[in-house]
Amino acid sequence: MGERIFFFLLAAIIIMASITVVASKNPVRSALALVVNFFALAMLYITLHAHFLGAVQIIVYAGAIMVLFLFVIMLLNLGSPDAMQETTEIKRPIAWVIGLSILGLMMTQVFMVASVVPTEAPEWIGTTENVGNALFSKWAFPFEITSILLLVAVIGSILLAKRRQLN
Amino acid sequence: MTWADAGWAFLRVVIVLAFLLGTLPFVIWGERRVLAWFQDRIGPNRLGPFGLLQPIADVVKLFFKEEFLPKAADYRIWFIAPALALFPAVVAAATIPWGPNRQLTPVADIDVGILYFLAMSSLAVYGVVLAGWSSNNKYSLLGGLRSSAQLISYELGMGLALGAIILSSGTLRMTGIVEAQDQPLWGIAPAINHWFIFTPWGFIGAVIFWICMVAETNRAPFDLPEAESELIAGYHTEYSSMKFAVFFMSEYMAMVTISAILATCFLGGYLPPLDIAPVAALAESTSGTALGGITSALATLTGWLSAPFWFISKIVLSLFIFIWLRATLPRLRYDQLMALGWKALFPLALVNLMIAAVYFGFGWIPALTGYGILALGYALWVINRRGKEPKRVVQMHSDAAPYQPQSHREVESVG
Amino acid sequence: MPTEVPLNAYLTLGAFMFVMGMIGVIIKRNPIVIFMCIELMLNAVNLTFLAFARHQPTLQAQISGHMYVIFVIAVAAAEVAVGLGIIMAIFRLRDNVDVDQIASLRE
Repeated sequence: MGERIFFFLLAAIIIMASITVVASKNPVRSALALVVNFFALAMLYITLHAHFLGAVQIIVYAGAIMVLFLFVIMLLNLGSPDAMQETTEIKRPIAWVIGLSILGLMMTQVFMVASVVPTEAPEWIGTTENVGNALFSKWAFPFEITSILLLVAVIGSILLAKRRQLN
Repeated sequence: MTWADAGWAFLRVVIVLAFLLGTLPFVIWGERRVLAWFQDRIGPNRLGPFGLLQPIADVVKLFFKEEFLPKAADYRIWFIAPALALFPAVVAAATIPWGPNRQLTPVADIDVGILYFLAMSSLAVYGVVLAGWSSNNKYSLLGGLRSSAQLISYELGMGLALGAIILSSGTLRMTGIVEAQDQPLWGIAPAINHWFIFTPWGFIGAVIFWICMVAETNRAPFDLPEAESELIAGYHTEYSSMKFAVFFMSEYMAMVTISAILATCFLGGYLPPLDIAPVAALAESTSGTALGGITSALATLTGWLSAPFWFISKIVLSLFIFIWLRATLPRLRYDQLMALGWKALFPLALVNLMIAAVYFGFGWIPALTGYGILALGYALWVINRRGKEPKRVVQMHSDAAPYQPQSHREVESVG
Repeated sequence: MPTEVPLNAYLTLGAFMFVMGMIGVIIKRNPIVIFMCIELMLNAVNLTFLAFARHQPTLQAQISGHMYVIFVIAVAAAEVAVGLGIIMAIFRLRDNVDVDQIASLRE
């Protein structure tokens, strides 16, 4: 019972926040709604027994990525609502049609698949110990590949941000 | 979950909140008194004994101040920013154990305790950034921008410094970290507890964590987001009345919380420095005699009080050093702040973590060799650099004469 | 312990988030908001991964779902670092980051 109440509460928050991200004209409010969304998602992860990922979600998304977003919005002064007025109104109905049709398509699949999957599971799967054991044994190779990807991203962003010396 | 469990959980939350809110006036009063002592002043001493009621008077003053809203502010975000600043400072204390009784503390002993703390402290930036942005004021915006860059930079060093502790204790659980320190020092000194600050990586980690926590709480000498002389008051320039008080509270609460984390991870948490219990020994020797009842009651009492006493003493020590830093060091420049975070603390914490990993993987000889190589490399770098660095010469105008105090007196005597 | 919430509730929520993110990518012109919408889509996928992982029978299968989420988070972090760098570079070049007007790669 508790899990169900928690799920619907968090789901309501997530739905409202993701609507706000798209509907808000002000990028700062969009970013704030996204932070709320990620926070609620982290709590949802914890109810799905993914403690480690819940904490990582907040540290990486809410603590680092969204702060970077806010930093760039403020630095480029894109914060005021009328900085970028939407002019091409034709995109909006097209987007809604495409979005809703894909949602409908996915929903048919969701209700077909879910009848097959069993809902039995052992408890406490996502502890730090389990995740660490898996990450450094079976998944060690993808893990290292990810580290190379991050290294490339670091070098790339430094190159992009660096002002070139004129000589 | 039964009603009794829920009752205990509620009690745990109430105790932590009561502690955080109850110590707040004393922390503020203590800061003012200690700062006055450092500066050879008296400090607040009129209201109540030793001026202890001064914080209450301050709160009453702030209550009755006029609330001021900038005309072009984004009102909703402006309104919730103080709450967003207060929230992480309050909830981050949830995993800290302050005693051995698992029914009273901590609020939640989750298996990602340290990560939970890092996650919550990383949310602290939002209050500052949004306050700075929504005030629609150049100084506030600059304060918010500075704060976001500063907090992201210093979180890295902080997390890596805690990484060495996680390696030593083998768990992310806060209670597990404290229990890992409850053993003989280096395995040889039986009466002294194995606080992590006494291990090499723990010591370097503690120093790094120390610097990072001062930066995370926006305290001097890292108070660039609110630097009075540069940015007026930075992100809270436009806040007055209770909203300002909430920012003020959140800063001090964050200080207390983060000091508690420092105490838990590096200074042995609620453990006493020595594993000697004189009162318990006395109670044992007098049991059966006429004094037995009194001494055993005394032993029980000290047993209950010793854990919170040591924990709070460590927090007080940490808070004192916070104030000491504020009274002593001048504010860093922005580029110095970034250089310290990224070029000094971050590599040092990384190397520290690596050496700790080498020790736990291969024993102390390779770890010691690692420290030796590092010291040698650093010495070579310093020697190599000494000759190359250009001497700083202040360029003066050709007409400018050096200042001579005597000439002033001469002019005066002539006049 | 079986979960009280059925799997398709999580999947519906994930699908909704994904579609909202997609609509945002199509209609928005501010590249930073477009980035945020992409993050929203990635998180929708993460949610479905974890929901599926919770409903797997063996520990091995469950933990694979968690692994995917870790990699998605890492890739998202890398993407944001590079993407925001590109936005800053474009802004420095032309003082305007409206995606409808940035067409210098096409012309």
